Amino acid sequence: MSDKQLSPYLNEFEDIPGTLVFNTFRSRQGFNLNQFCMSLMKQENRDKFKANEAEYLKPWKLTPEQNDAVLKRDYLKLMQNGGNIYFLAKIFSTDGFPYLVAVSTMTGMSQEEYSKMMLGGGRGIKGNRSKSNPSL
Amino acid sequence: MARITAGVTTSHVPAIAATIDLGKQQQPYWAPIFKGFEFSRKWMAEHKPDVAILIYNDHASAFDATIFPTFAIGCADEFESADEGWGRRPVPIVKGNSDFACHIAQSLILNEFDMTVVNRMDVDHGLTVPLNLLFGDLKPEDAWPCEVIPFPINVVQYPPPTGKRCFDLGRALRKAVESYPRDLRVVVFGTGGMSHQLQGTRAGLINREWDTKFLDGLTKDPIGLTKIPHIEYVREAGSEGIELVMWLAMRGALNDDVKEVYRFYHVPCSNTALGHIILENQ
Repeated sequence: MSDKQLSPYLNEFEDIPGTLVFNTFRSRQGFNLNQFCMSLMKQENRDKFKANEAEYLKPWKLTPEQNDAVLKRDYLKLMQNGGNIYFLAKIFSTDGFPYLVAVSTMTGMSQEEYSKMMLGGGRGIKGNRSKSNPSL
Repeated sequence: MARITAGVTTSHVPAIAATIDLGKQQQPYWAPIFKGFEFSRKWMAEHKPDVAILIYNDHASAFDATIFPTFAIGCADEFESADEGWGRRPVPIVKGNSDFACHIAQSLILNEFDMTVVNRMDVDHGLTVPLNLLFGDLKPEDAWPCEVIPFPINVVQYPPPTGKRCFDLGRALRKAVESYPRDLRVVVFGTGGMSHQLQGTRAGLINREWDTKFLDGLTKDPIGLTKIPHIEYVREAGSEGIELVMWLAMRGALNDDVKEVYRFYHVPCSNTALGHIILENQ
């Protein structure tokens, strides 16, 4: 989306720190990746994927960045390359991890730190509203 | 004629599904959450609806990346629990009401809400978790105590519908229900929310103050809530907090005057601020 002129509607979201809104353009970018994720809703496909991940990924025609990020379970990179969390959930569910664990990996915090933050009431809103006005 | 007697909103956090399926409801982390629904389960058992119209979002389960219907309605006779990557949930099959759902779809479309009619789909945690929270931790051999019409709204791919559009849809839904000739007691569910963000470095965001204002507004000033733009939901309540537009669809289906009979708010439930409210039509 970098070379694309965003609409005023989408531009507003770009001001929110640490947030990637899954819009129609990102949906286009992530189509193959997200469809690969959907294939993991069948046990036979989960078995095949676990047996040989690189081989299983080939027919899905992911970009090299997407392919690498799947193998590394780099969820932030997957989001940046058109992935959506509800599709990516099929990967971490296949791995036997809940949302909390997978989501924490995107934050730069350890899982323990993230869980502790949630138990303490979650990430505060102050200072997290706007890139252009961090004091908000 | 059919009539809407009450509305229920609740978060539909997937970790609740895993907790029920693994029988961990009594663990210290989960016990207060299930305790928060004790009143609600009693209320629902006494309220005895014939049909629940359950507004939720599909989480890339029935609909893959090929199609994102903005407003859809499940018209099938029954709906199986989806395999979201860890097998199908061991819950009763969801029995629909095909005749009523087809009537609602027709009425909504003729009232200018262009529904996608779904004749076959699996239902994911977005639908089965609210059923569990209000009807109990039932096993596959049990039966849900009422019929359920699944009503998925897209909040996954932006732009989702606006809060106002959802509220107006709710109003049209009320007309559709009230024009059905059979005597049915209907409860409308609005699910998802409250503040949460499941992605990016801002994940884990919770905004209790904003959530509380939203809960207050739901009862007393829903028209005020319809003026909230998408940017405010995302900024204040997180990228997945946008699910709250579905609560406005429920609210639009109720009368202007409602009685708030119960409210529950708890942080954290996994990554989420869990919110729940029961409103009875006056």
